[in-house]
Order: sequence, then C-alpha cells, then structure tokens
Amino acid sequence: MTPAPQWALRYGPPALVMLALLAGWEAFVRLDDVPPYILPSPILVLETLAADRAILLPALFETLKVTFAALAAAVLGGVGLALLFAQWKWIERSFLPVAVVLQVTPIVAIAPLLLIYLEPATAVLVCAFLAAFFPILSNTALGLASADRNLVDLFELYRASRWRTLLLLRLPSALPYFLGGLRIGGGLALIGAIVAELAAGAAGQGAGLAFRIMEAGYRLNIPRMFAGLALISLAGIAIFAALSALSAWLLGRWHESALGPER
Amino acid sequence: MLEMTRPQTLVALRGIGKTYANGTRALEGVDLDIRAGEFLTLLGPSGCGKSTILRLIAGLDAPSGGVLTRAFDNLGAEIGFVFQEPTLMPWASAFDNVFLPLRLQGQSRRTAAPSVEEALSLVGLADFAAAYPRELSGGMRMRVSIARALVLRPLLLLMDEPFAALDEIARFRLNDDLLRLQEELGATIVFVTHSVYESAYLSSRIVVMAARPGRITAEIGVDNAAARDEAYRVSAAYAATCKRAAGALRDAVHGEDL
Repeated sequence: MTPAPQWALRYGPPALVMLALLAGWEAFVRLDDVPPYILPSPILVLETLAADRAILLPALFETLKVTFAALAAAVLGGVGLALLFAQWKWIERSFLPVAVVLQVTPIVAIAPLLLIYLEPATAVLVCAFLAAFFPILSNTALGLASADRNLVDLFELYRASRWRTLLLLRLPSALPYFLGGLRIGGGLALIGAIVAELAAGAAGQGAGLAFRIMEAGYRLNIPRMFAGLALISLAGIAIFAALSALSAWLLGRWHESALGPER
Repeated sequence: MLEMTRPQTLVALRGIGKTYANGTRALEGVDLDIRAGEFLTLLGPSGCGKSTILRLIAGLDAPSGGVLTRAFDNLGAEIGFVFQEPTLMPWASAFDNVFLPLRLQGQSRRTAAPSVEEALSLVGLADFAAAYPRELSGGMRMRVSIARALVLRPLLLLMDEPFAALDEIARFRLNDDLLRLQEELGATIVFVTHSVYESAYLSSRIVVMAARPGRITAEIGVDNAAARDEAYRVSAAYAATCKRAAGALRDAVHGEDL
C-alpha cells in the first residue's frame, strides 16, 4: 500500500472526528424521532441556514462590522498604550491597574450599564473593544519589554537613539507577541459584540446575529437558533484562521511559531 | 587623565572596581593595559568578572572605582562586540544583521552593501547573505555575529565566550578563522573564555582571573613565533602553555567551591 499523502494525514483525522460527531447527532435525532423544536438535526440546521439567509446574513454582516471596528480600535489603543508603557515606566505603573480592572470585570456585567449611558450601537462597539483591548495591550507591552538584552546593549554601543531602538529592535521583537494578542483579541471582540447585542436585544434594539438568535428563541424557532449559532462559530473560526494566516505571513521565515512541524 | 604608559596602549584600566547595586563585588583593583595588535585572553572561572571587564571597556557599564582610559573616543565605531550567543535579529537576513552597525550610523543599504558583503566574505558567508538566522547552523550564526562586529573595521574586538556553545569541530575552525582575521585586519582582540586550551591556542597574552571578588591573579605571555595550525595543537610549546595556564587557573580557583 502506498503511504497516504501529507495533507490527508494532517487534515484527515480532525475532519473525520467532526463528521462522525455530526453523523452521530443526525442519527440520534432520526432514530429517536426527536422533534425539531427540541433538537434539530444538522441537515435541518443547514436547510434553515439556506432558507433564512435573507435574515441571518445581514445580521452576521452587522455583527462582523462591529467586531472588526472594535478590533481595529483595540489594536490602535492597545499598541499605542503599550508603546507609551515601554517608553515611560510611570505611565505603565499608573494605567495598568485601570486596564486590569476593565479586564477582570466580566463584560456581561458591564454591558447593561453601558446600554444605559450610550446609544445601543455605540455600547456594542465599546463592549467588543473592551474585550479585545486587554490581550492586545498586555501582549504588546510584554513583547516590547522582551527584546534580547544583548541586542539592546549592542544598540547602546552603536549609540542608537531611543526612537531607532524602538523602530529597529523593540517593535520587531514585539511582533510575535502582538500577533498572539491579536488572535486572542479577534475572538474576544466577537464574543464582546455578541454579549452586548444580547443585552441590547433585551431592550428591543439591535439587528446583529445575537439579536436574531434571541428573537428566534422567543418564537421557538429552534432550527434558526442553531443556524445563527453555527454562523457565529464559523465567523469565529474564520477570524481566527485569517489572523493566524496574517501571523504566518508576517513572521514568515524567522519565527519558530510560524514554522511547520517538519524542519 | 591618566597618562598612557605606552603609545600603543588602546585601553588602560587602573584600580578598576565594580560593585553592583545588590552588593556583588564583580571586580576589585584591576590593573590592565590592552595593547594594540595583541590577542589578549581573559581566563577564569564563572563569576570572576571577565565579562564585566568587557562591558566596562565597551562603555556599557561604568566602573564604581578606578580610572579607565581609552585611546579613542568613538566607541561605537572603534569597538566590535561579540556576545556568548550570536545575538542576531531573527527577523533580519544575514545581510541585514551585518548591515545594522552601518545603518545605525546613518548609511543607506546601497552605500553599505560593499562593506557588508566584504565582512560576510571575510567570515566565509558570502553566499549566505539572504539567509535568515534560523536557516543557519550555530557556527554560521556566530560567523554572522563576527562579521557584524567587524563591519565597521573596529580597532578593538571584544569577544565574550563566543564559541562556548559550539561543538569542538566548529570551535576549532572558528579559532583558526579568527586568528586569520586578526592577521588580515590587524585588529586587537580581547577574548573571554573559561577554556584553558582555547586561551593557549589563540592568545599572545593570557590574563588569569579569580572570583569573589573578581581580580587578576596571573599573567602569562605566550611565544607567538610558532604558526597556529593543526601541528601547533599537538606541539610541546602548546602543551607547555596549556600547563602553565591550567596551573595558574588552578591557583586562582584554589580553595573556592566550584
């Protein structure tokens, strides 16, 4: 027998596990005659996804728009603040506690409060921003502080200015850390947006995916709830995959994390 | 300002002491001249302040006591520093790593290219300019590091146990290449090691140090007449130098817990 090609060995097993889980779910629903308002089968979820696309896809688009806007703001804010931290230690000492307070307070608990003070659309954006901001800030700050000690000495020996040391040494050193933070932040921005939409939806506002799921719940349209959920999962996976691809492309030939298992 | 004892003294240390903030006495009462053209090895156990001396000479640290005088002002241009690790920027090609000192001086890539290429060919890596550090072997990375230190043609090359992490074959080859480079470039080298054999093979002068506090305990002049090659590694002269250096090192660490 000829050995299976690389890609089959790599992607085959996880694909099989996923298919087996879905097949098991489908079989359970069919054999046990579970009604769709209790648990829809995967095929029914797929059919609902296709049938309700006019409702679900615009909602997904809304949610993604907020997610990416929040992620962009978190990148600007997180990287900007991390740069300030790296240049002036007293800023880090002064602002880090505030950032930590924002991070450890569950976003679910902040969302209703934000909805009182802000327009629902803004509140959703702020929630998603808060969720994504901290991992980007803390990872970038860690990366900026993690430049090789000897290289820092070398830059000092060559009389490099603080600005050039930042540009040529600290920023590239921080890149892998930043990209790690970005991948976490991307997922969290989506979660933040969904959470805020749920809270806003309770107040009768919002057109995002989470609102559609809740709306479907009120109508006992369980298959559509599952379809919405599937879309959220797919969006999360797509965001993670896209940011991973970005990371692999940027780190290219130099960083261990961007290399495959074969060396 | 201290008067230079000889015109060819590049760096003079007089009564140099270094105590760190935590109270560690890294160096005490160190008197040392670094003479133009010599291959000076600082030999000693861990913690004897060998590396500290290099950092003081390079101006990366200030002595807590004593006077350090240099015969030159522009430290960045006249000192090349090679660390124990290759200390390359992983995101930059071999070319860009060697280009760094010139870049920090404000040279453009294009004007610097001939110097960079020459430095790379000096260390035998002319064909690897585009390679990234992780694509190179440990020995080749160290060569890039040496090329970077040489690219400005410094008067003084400071090397902090540069070959300690390499296997013996790579180390022997780099030892020979380093001697050849010194001859070609006429550079002065201060080389830190804890290997008796390496110090005996490379040096024109060996300074033996002891720890706690770091101080100089012996100085061994090496007859430079014999060519350093494979035959020298098995010669009686080499064995005699090894024996003297080993004896001095044993005295330096005598009574200490190793």
